[in-house]
Amino acid sequence: MGRPHAVQRRGGDARMTPEKWPGVELSAKEFYEKVTSVKFRPEAKFAWSAGEAMSRFLAELQDGRLIARTCRTCKRILFPPRMFCEECFRPTSEWVYVKDTGTIETYSISYLDLDARRIEEPIYVGVVSVDGASPKMGMMHYFGEVTPETIKIGLRVKAVWEPPEKRVGSVRDIRYWRPLREGER
Amino acid sequence: MRKVACIGAGMTLFRRRMLETPKEMCWEAAAMALDQAGLTIADVDAVVFGSAPDAFDGIHMKGENVLDGCGGTGKPYVRVFTGGGTAVFSPIAAYWHVASGTFDCVLVVNEEKMSSCQPHAQSVFGYIWDPILDRPLKPNLVWIFAMEMNRYMTVHNIRYEDVAAVAVKNKRNAVAHPCAQLPDPNITVEDVMNSEVMAWPVHRLDISPPSDGASALVICSQDFIKRKKVKSPPVWFSGVGWAIDTTFWTDRDLVFPEYLARAAKMAYKQARIDNPRKQIDFAEPYDPFDYKELHHMEGLLLCKKGEAPKLTREGVTQRDGDLPTCPSGGLLGVGNPIAATMGIKVGELYWQLSGQAGKRQIPHEVHTGVTNAWGDLMQFSAVAVMRA
Repeated sequence: MGRPHAVQRRGGDARMTPEKWPGVELSAKEFYEKVTSVKFRPEAKFAWSAGEAMSRFLAELQDGRLIARTCRTCKRILFPPRMFCEECFRPTSEWVYVKDTGTIETYSISYLDLDARRIEEPIYVGVVSVDGASPKMGMMHYFGEVTPETIKIGLRVKAVWEPPEKRVGSVRDIRYWRPLREGER
Repeated sequence: MRKVACIGAGMTLFRRRMLETPKEMCWEAAAMALDQAGLTIADVDAVVFGSAPDAFDGIHMKGENVLDGCGGTGKPYVRVFTGGGTAVFSPIAAYWHVASGTFDCVLVVNEEKMSSCQPHAQSVFGYIWDPILDRPLKPNLVWIFAMEMNRYMTVHNIRYEDVAAVAVKNKRNAVAHPCAQLPDPNITVEDVMNSEVMAWPVHRLDISPPSDGASALVICSQDFIKRKKVKSPPVWFSGVGWAIDTTFWTDRDLVFPEYLARAAKMAYKQARIDNPRKQIDFAEPYDPFDYKELHHMEGLLLCKKGEAPKLTREGVTQRDGDLPTCPSGGLLGVGNPIAATMGIKVGELYWQLSGQAGKRQIPHEVHTGVTNAWGDLMQFSAVAVMRA
């Protein structure tokens, strides 16, 4: 007794569990200085067609507006816009503008950049659900004019746009989303 | 469909850097799994290989690159890929190879070598984001977890120390795993909570490490066991499931993984499980981050929404608890060579249910285990239920 059920049932102790498990660990020093390695840097470059829905979306961003697509079948207002509804699996119906206000669904305060390097000034980033679109539909973006104490899930926010001459047709045409001010809706 | 069993498993050490090439690591794990099953490569009808994005190795179509090490030469051979979900999905692919009657014996090999990517694997994680909507914001993969963790903790009013307790449990469990990269017998909740903030609320010790490693399983039919007089103890697949949600991840509530619940229901229906909490004895939920174990326990329907931290706090999920989770030590303790974590998910179910888990063996009777793995742009899960 006292031995695990499965061991009793099998009628013996583990016949596997080898003495030595395979693999040889390398220290960073061994990897970079001792062991022969071969280096390579790929030179691949890309240009993506933004597609039918996203091209219009980006053009509207340049004009300082957010646009969505409606689906006549499921009655959703789809944001970001798409040319087909993935649930009804049929073409979407019409273009419709949505507001540049919304609600913070979630966020992070990041001390890491793209390459996992540490940064001093944190990035406030999260998901904002956009007013006028179906519930919970939104986009990832930056938040500004907030502190770790004032930012919270459920906070109402508004887009801060780049000036028109600086816009290029990118999600970065919105600089960040800031908290709604008193009297704003 | 035919009954399908796992009759052998193997894995290499999980380490930050390994001397062996991907192909050599595959061979080490595959040879060990075959040895344990008492078979040779000649007994294998087909091979399934699993690995995460090619960009980690910098070798495009790496399935072909590692082919020889997987024993796939001259055989039906296929690579499957569902991001981190590959850890449980490639054994499922082997399952349907055998259940369908197409093959009698299939070798599954999963491998990942993240040390090849310089200076850090994080830089190629960036390539999974949408090029139009997300990449102009220069996202870091940790953001995904931070945003999901914050939503989960805020909606359910969960305290951070209850999340950190998962990292402590798994890193302590990993002390008993011979392949573990980050075991720590003395780690405390305070250590996790005081570790560096990476992307709030994620701290450094909430995260599993990048690793090199490989794992392998031998999966076969009941007929094959009789015909070949296989002596290695079989552990049976009683249910499998998988599901994926929309790529528009900013259009759904991150608080609960609906796609996992859907995959779990598929697996439970096949396994004739209608009360997972009562009918399942232990679990290996996918734990690349500590909160993910909690998120996945809820997605696997092992408890109510928001209840997983309570089970952890009460000790229910300890190795000697009523519902042990990650008795292997998990990704947090043993390491995270993405697809190769098969060795501590399906592999751990095999070793636990066949009584071969050594010092990690759950000290009471276990008959049924469940595991899941999670991947793609936080939208996919694969689930397997296994029985002794």
